[in-house]
Amino acid sequence: MAMKLHEYQAKQVFADAGIPTPESQLASDVDGAVTAAEEIGYPVAIKAQVQVGGRGKAGGIKLVEDEDEARDAADEILGMDLKGYHVDRVLVEEAVDFTNELYVGITMDRGEGKPVAMVSKKGGVNIEEVAEEDPDAIAREHIDPAFGMHPYQARKAVYDAGIDQSIARDVSSVLTTLYQLWDDRDGSDAEINPLMVTSDDEVIAADAVMNIDEDALFRQPELAEMEEEAAGGDELEQKADEYDFDYVRLSGNVGIIGNGAGLVMTTLDLVDHYGGEPANFLDVGGGAKAARIANALDMVFSDDNVDSVVFNIFGGITRGDEVARGINEALEQFDEIPKPVVVRLAGTNWEEGMEILNEDLVTVEQTLESAVQRAVEYAGEVNEQ
Amino acid sequence: MSVLVDDDTRVVVQGITGGEGKFHAEQMMEYGTNVVAGAVPGKGGQEAAGVPVYDTVHEAVEEENADTSVIFVPPAFAGDAVFESLDSDLDLAVAITEGIPTQDMARVNKRLSETDTRLIGPNCPGLITPGEAKLGILPGNIFSEGNVGLVSRSGTLTYQVVDSLTNRGIGQTTAIGIGGDPIIGTDFVDALELFEDDPDTDAIVMCGEIGGEDEEEAAAFIDDYVDTPVAGFIAGRTAPPGKRMGHAGAIVSGSGTGTAESKINALNDAGVPVGDTPAEVADHIEEFLA
Repeated sequence: MAMKLHEYQAKQVFADAGIPTPESQLASDVDGAVTAAEEIGYPVAIKAQVQVGGRGKAGGIKLVEDEDEARDAADEILGMDLKGYHVDRVLVEEAVDFTNELYVGITMDRGEGKPVAMVSKKGGVNIEEVAEEDPDAIAREHIDPAFGMHPYQARKAVYDAGIDQSIARDVSSVLTTLYQLWDDRDGSDAEINPLMVTSDDEVIAADAVMNIDEDALFRQPELAEMEEEAAGGDELEQKADEYDFDYVRLSGNVGIIGNGAGLVMTTLDLVDHYGGEPANFLDVGGGAKAARIANALDMVFSDDNVDSVVFNIFGGITRGDEVARGINEALEQFDEIPKPVVVRLAGTNWEEGMEILNEDLVTVEQTLESAVQRAVEYAGEVNEQ
Repeated sequence: MSVLVDDDTRVVVQGITGGEGKFHAEQMMEYGTNVVAGAVPGKGGQEAAGVPVYDTVHEAVEEENADTSVIFVPPAFAGDAVFESLDSDLDLAVAITEGIPTQDMARVNKRLSETDTRLIGPNCPGLITPGEAKLGILPGNIFSEGNVGLVSRSGTLTYQVVDSLTNRGIGQTTAIGIGGDPIIGTDFVDALELFEDDPDTDAIVMCGEIGGEDEEEAAAFIDDYVDTPVAGFIAGRTAPPGKRMGHAGAIVSGSGTGTAESKINALNDAGVPVGDTPAEVADHIEEFLA
């Protein structure tokens, strides 16, 4: 999983490494935004700091010419709901007068198992669309991770992309620095889109994306500190973070708990197959003890959309007896079970688990298929009422 | 017959003095695996799980003729541990560890192209030849000896499918969990090739999931080279784009690559039936063997 830095954080990281970025200040209220705009000098861009794509189209970026406009724009953007994310900070940034917009990026090509550097003259638009519609417009250069990016590779990518001679040297310098950052900081993606070109042939990073491999945060203490500020997601996803679950909230009403990513995904697919709608993906991981199992139930019960729960455990290193204890623990505290729970236990110690499990509190099914069918039925009954 | 592992395999366990390493070394031995040594820096000369511990994998190879390593080293040190195994002239290294930084794996991947050692994983349950030996954390009791080869990106999904097979009296030659990370050693194509060449494997189950293009590449390979009948399963049909489903590799990217639909279509085009449920996969295998 990648930790996504906010634009203002990524720009700071880029600027510190010597990549030209526009002058900017972070603000969390309207007065602060206006003061920042005055200091930077109009025109400025006011940009919502939330981690969703297409901020501009959704009204999260506004270009303003004077104080009145700045006040209106900051007032509108601060506090707005942008694709489900609450905006509580804006970046106030010098508006760059550009003649051209480029794209540069580094990512891991999983098919090749190697990093790849990408350069394109078609910046400023969704690069994934460019990749689909006009793949030749993006020059790609695979990098041997043992050697790093050779200087010639940066030049080659820039020339292959057809970048003008007048700025080629500057663009390849930005690309080289970007790779260095990606490599040093355990990036999963590092991207500048657009890299603006000004009328006097300067290049400047008008946006910044820096996603960090979460598995590497242990050796990136500075970035790990930024994680707290970068943390997003809704209340339930934050709760899942606290419990340390792999959790994804979905829009249906059948809650799903299981062990192992592939099996939980399969359980979701089966809910859909039998005519239900999954409310979530929740993987308790391997070797979960009773307390963790109880937390998982608490997690799914906290989602108001959930009408029934299917609990599917195939134990390898997870033990059926621990699972059963956890389910009992979570359910025995209720006078009335809030939502019907269907349990299917298989694998390590499933027989011990079945003996421990309080069957007055749950519905037991023997197979994955029948457990899912039963949970879908329950959810359907609730909806009819 | 089987692929990659049997009762002659001589195993060194890297990280044998840790909780997981010790527990699973014992479990492996109980199943019949020939664990001959452990390797843990600074613990040379000690004994763990009843076998001698060496400071380096090289020593374990020299002193105990180990030819295979199973790695239970914590993620921060696991990349280095994999390098050590690749540089020790082993036949096979199995990395169980979950959470190895992707850039470490990119460097490992580079080294893999320069060595004869095969890597399985990381972030995988390992592999098992029922009745002979297991390397990793798979629960041995659900497997049975037979003629079906199984390869999967997911651990517990493997157990689910094996359970469906075993319940119908269908056993396995070898089951391989290749792991759920974006960069892995042995992939579907490698495993399919091994099973195709194994005279005792009469049918193959391939369990994929969303993310990447390994399943599509496997489908092309099956079309061109595999005569053994293959049945497939793809997890993650209902996964929304941009949301990672647990495994680091299980994500449909914004541009729509890595979808279940693309994988299922590719497999169907290669003549591979894909089950809607794990039980349906077992139905297909039953038909192949009938």
